[in-house]
Amino acid sequence: MENAFGDPQTILLLGATSELGQAIVARFVTPSLTTVVLAGRRPEDAAPFAATLRAGGLGVETVAFDAVDHAHHGALVDDVWARHGDIDLVVMAFGVLGDPSTYDRDPVAAAEVVDVNMTGGVSAGVALARHLREQGHGRLVVLSSVAGERVRKGNAVYGAAKAGLDAFAQALADALAPAGVAVTIVRPGFVATKMTAGLRPAPFATTVDAVADATLVAVRKGRRIVWVPAVLRPVFVVLRHLPTPIWRRLAL
Amino acid sequence: MTTRLLTGWGRTAPSLATVVAPRGEAEVREAVAAAGRRGAIARGLGRSYGAAAQNGGGLVLELADDDGAVELDPATGTVTVAAGVSLDALLRRIVPAGWFVPVTPGTRAVTVGGAVAADIHGKNHHVDGAFATHVSSMTLLLADGTVVETGPARDPDLFWATCGGMGLTGIVLAVTLRLLPVATSRVAVTTERTTDLEDLCARMTDGDAGYRYSVAWVDLLARGRHLGRGVLTRGDHAVPDDLGRREAAEPLAYDPTVRLAAPAVVPRHLLNPATVGAFNTAWYERAPRGPRRTIETIPAFFHPLDAIGHWNRLYGRGGLVQYQFVVPLGAEAVLRGVVERLAGDRCPSFLAVLKRFGAGDRGPLSFPMPGWTLALDVAADRAGLAGLFGELDRLVLDAGGRHYLAKDAHLHPSAVAAGYPRLDEWREVRRRVDPQGRWCSDLARRLRLVP
Repeated sequence: MENAFGDPQTILLLGATSELGQAIVARFVTPSLTTVVLAGRRPEDAAPFAATLRAGGLGVETVAFDAVDHAHHGALVDDVWARHGDIDLVVMAFGVLGDPSTYDRDPVAAAEVVDVNMTGGVSAGVALARHLREQGHGRLVVLSSVAGERVRKGNAVYGAAKAGLDAFAQALADALAPAGVAVTIVRPGFVATKMTAGLRPAPFATTVDAVADATLVAVRKGRRIVWVPAVLRPVFVVLRHLPTPIWRRLAL
Repeated sequence: MTTRLLTGWGRTAPSLATVVAPRGEAEVREAVAAAGRRGAIARGLGRSYGAAAQNGGGLVLELADDDGAVELDPATGTVTVAAGVSLDALLRRIVPAGWFVPVTPGTRAVTVGGAVAADIHGKNHHVDGAFATHVSSMTLLLADGTVVETGPARDPDLFWATCGGMGLTGIVLAVTLRLLPVATSRVAVTTERTTDLEDLCARMTDGDAGYRYSVAWVDLLARGRHLGRGVLTRGDHAVPDDLGRREAAEPLAYDPTVRLAAPAVVPRHLLNPATVGAFNTAWYERAPRGPRRTIETIPAFFHPLDAIGHWNRLYGRGGLVQYQFVVPLGAEAVLRGVVERLAGDRCPSFLAVLKRFGAGDRGPLSFPMPGWTLALDVAADRAGLAGLFGELDRLVLDAGGRHYLAKDAHLHPSAVAAGYPRLDEWREVRRRVDPQGRWCSDLARRLRLVP
């Protein structure tokens, strides 16, 4: 149960090796925090982060979670709740970027990007929502992306998957608000991480720390959507309403 | 049956619960039997500041009911009162008959059941102890649906675990309470201001024994040579000779009507160091230098918190947190350290009160112990508050002190174990009367009071 300052006692991170996910969890480390569950495809890769948290005196558990193993999500979430009681904060940070240059030859690779980012987000999100609703409190952070706001031709699959996830998360926020559960959707622009290594930074690029800081503030204030950097919100208001001929001519 | 988001009086950390309002023993028993795996907790008037009377995902029984039975027995000076009755309703009934509650907190808006669950204290603690001291017996609904009578001489372990037990041993249905006879509905109050914290502590140490009631307001924004300056008010129930001619005609007249209420929406940061500082200075300057005696009404002296309805709204949407601790007598240096830390932080609190406690109750989770208790409130969204409270927690616990669970909204489970060394004794009783863990609250979950 959160205290009066909104400090969580228990955190579940889905996407244990996500740099953004880890940075967000680190922001919520307060004297109130007792337990962190790190769920990821290769839990062993989260060992350094787990060790850092343990060094701070926290109880840390790593569990295997594969975003595309939808059939397993319900049982995994049930198990986390059964062993740790209420989870005060859930951070959904898993995702893959995909390589659009391969999709022509390998349509399955494109489908997998949707499978991880969107379908996995939906099956995990539905399972999480049930437990959050049943406990009657808690916060859920969903890492979306500005890529879903108006999907660019150069990044169609990732953008569409994030658009779907974002839309789902918005509805989840509306559904869970009456249950005392606040959902915060984070829409970062280009973030320099290992996922984007080798890519040319887009305009208004931001950093892991900036995203984590903004997320902390947004969760504390109960905001539903946070753009990082904040200027991307007005930028995308314009982009979203650009007439198609102009939008198509932009080198995006 | 309905679901509702509930918070404590501090309006922080809401959770959604199924809320029912059963009336009478049979209905309460039926409601409790229907509780799911997240359990049930009783809720009175919701004046606990934190999450004591909320139960996310579970059942909350709203039991405040001023129409509950009040049976006054003037021959023995006792009253048997349904637990949902508020002290306000009880006072309206008993004061005109020449009786007063043995203990009252700073608000009348608490139920008798809540008073037992928190083992509340008042300005007379140094003389009369806490609420449970004056309870001769109570009727308790246990987790298995049985109803038992318990008292200091009848299953005392259960009785004392319930007094201060935050509703986690059962639901109090009715309480038999020893009352205090009074000749008037007024209080003869002596007011004096003190130059600093040392002066205040010295006057309380030397003079409290001469009064039934004693409490001090402390200016937590004053620094330097004014550190901990305050206004000390002490008093006794007035006798008819104290009253003027007009008042003496009706010595037991009692009218606690509240005429003011805070607006539903207030500007952000209405309470800041500038406004609170101005208020504190005015309040301090207004008080007489030397002792001055006045005659005050019961609401004016005992229930300043009730002068403005919904005063918790003054802290805005972010809500407020109360911080109340006690440190043993002899730990005046620690008390001073805490006040210095708060003053240094410019923490704007205008309801800071200091009280010198007498002997504690026997309840393993009962808060009072001989020592100094300081209570203050702060806007919950003040930056750095969690860190500040963490520092204060260490000072208090290292001095052998503890925190009041009815006010708590931030403590770490280890702080309860450290402050309440008899916690395991309490858990033992709970295991006996509630092996399945039917009683549960958000407070109990956060503080790991229950498995």
